[in-house]
Amino acid sequence: MPLLPDLRPDFPLLARTVRNGKPLVYLDSAATAQKPHSVLNAEADLYQFHNGAVQRGAHLLAEEATDLYESARASVAEFVGALPDEIVWTENATHAINLVANGMANASVGIGGTDSARFRVGPGDEIVVTQTEHHANLIPWQMLAAKTGATLKWIAVDDEGRMILDDLESVVTERCKVLAFTHASNVTGIISRVDVLVARAKQVGALTVLDACQSVPHLPVNVKALDVDFLVMSAHKMLGPTGIGALYGRKELLDALPPSQFGGSTVKVVTMETTTWLDSPLRFEAGSQPVAQAIGMGAAVRYLSELGMDAVAAHDRELAAMLRQGVADVPGVRLLGPVDDGAASDMLAIAAVVVDGVHTHDVGQVLDDSGIAVRVGHHCNQPLHRHFGIAGSTRASSHVYTRPEDIDAFLAALQDVRAFFGVAA
Amino acid sequence: MSAIEQMYQQVIMDHAREAHGRGLVDLGLSAVGESHQVNTTCGDEVRLRVALDGDTVKSISWEGQGCSISQASISMLTELVEGEDLEMAGETIEAFKALMQAKGAGIDEQREDMLGDATAFVGVGKYPARIKCALLGWMALKDAIIQAQKGAPA
Repeated sequence: MPLLPDLRPDFPLLARTVRNGKPLVYLDSAATAQKPHSVLNAEADLYQFHNGAVQRGAHLLAEEATDLYESARASVAEFVGALPDEIVWTENATHAINLVANGMANASVGIGGTDSARFRVGPGDEIVVTQTEHHANLIPWQMLAAKTGATLKWIAVDDEGRMILDDLESVVTERCKVLAFTHASNVTGIISRVDVLVARAKQVGALTVLDACQSVPHLPVNVKALDVDFLVMSAHKMLGPTGIGALYGRKELLDALPPSQFGGSTVKVVTMETTTWLDSPLRFEAGSQPVAQAIGMGAAVRYLSELGMDAVAAHDRELAAMLRQGVADVPGVRLLGPVDDGAASDMLAIAAVVVDGVHTHDVGQVLDDSGIAVRVGHHCNQPLHRHFGIAGSTRASSHVYTRPEDIDAFLAALQDVRAFFGVAA
Repeated sequence: MSAIEQMYQQVIMDHAREAHGRGLVDLGLSAVGESHQVNTTCGDEVRLRVALDGDTVKSISWEGQGCSISQASISMLTELVEGEDLEMAGETIEAFKALMQAKGAGIDEQREDMLGDATAFVGVGKYPARIKCALLGWMALKDAIIQAQKGAPA
């Protein structure tokens, strides 16, 4: 499969040097991605030429800023196959998941009246997650269960980290009200069987919430094709700014879900006793919004769209095979999850490894000394690491600007780690 | 010596490989304190127990797991502080904290003497992300001493 052309000139940061004047080998994109000129310029352009209060002013600048802001929403919507009104700006993906879980908690105490009754959960109901979730897609559901008396259940994973779907019918039952799961693991890179999980959720009438933080930057994602009810994404992993994410929700669901953050610009009618909400997305966007960041996110998805997500996915596949096979060949190094044989198409270019006898922080330090940036620790996923019998791992991950020589540099440095710490080769 | 060699000095590597004080012990003393500390970025943890005999830190023992910096640091503090009186223990803890905040530049000679081999951690101060690793056991020690004093006979 073909790689993308060399995009590094589009990303100014990648030209810098790091420790000891070494060139940067950036393999921490699953934590946060670098930004192309077009994203940086989009934010600067707002502040230099168009800045005004969005959706509030009567002047030209306010109109221009509002237009840029809403165009960005339309770009993000188009990027995932949604309507603009189905995209809610959030601070990040974590906020987006909390928005759904807290909205359900509010519905459960009667906020939103009969319109929100479909979101109510209580004793006897079940909330289902999986054992491979990022903490952000686990804790909000633990808290929803704690607040409402519902039961939290989860789909377990096997020794390789794949979700065990054989007994899905016994885990996701008629009592399940919401099924929240990741599209792709931030540790193993395994892409989930969304079709199987959504089909089961529909059978039992459960809502689906898809954490697409790792998938949306690398794969074509269409919310209608996936047929999920909610989907969350994080701009800073998809070449966009920090401080902005988005929630997709089916329009009729977003218009019925009670907000959980309250303030200006979200309301229809306010009396001293009661409040009625605007339709989505505005009912969820209380207070002043991260306008420049939203515009930056719009520029990021336009950049990805111009590359073409099929081409981006092919690039990722190629690097995934190179990375995982390469790691599997390094002596004394354990790869979490299945080895990619080059034929499987359900893995992202993420490789979390454990070096025998060397702690992940120490591994990361030695790689850093060679100019190689990776993630160390549990990657906000303690339960999966515990399942693998370890506290943490060292994770390399790619993006559109990653080149085969980056992977080679990582593999070469990984070879040397054990020698540095005097662990027998 | 490169920065990374300065961080991973031989004495640190030796302590990481053969750590002192590992394995909780019970001496049957009444003034015993325990502290559990976690490094939230990596999940490393230590449970450290201190037993006091009057004003003396009679015993330090611990269990836990972590990187070579954290393990070596706990090992060295065990060697340094065990058998010292509480005043000296407190001064040693403060000296080590000062060393970590020195950004790799070192501290005054008097306090370096107090730290002995533990001055080898000076290189860690150049790597802000790793200072927490080196301090993990020292935070546990400080807390465990406070807990032990609460249990001490008046």
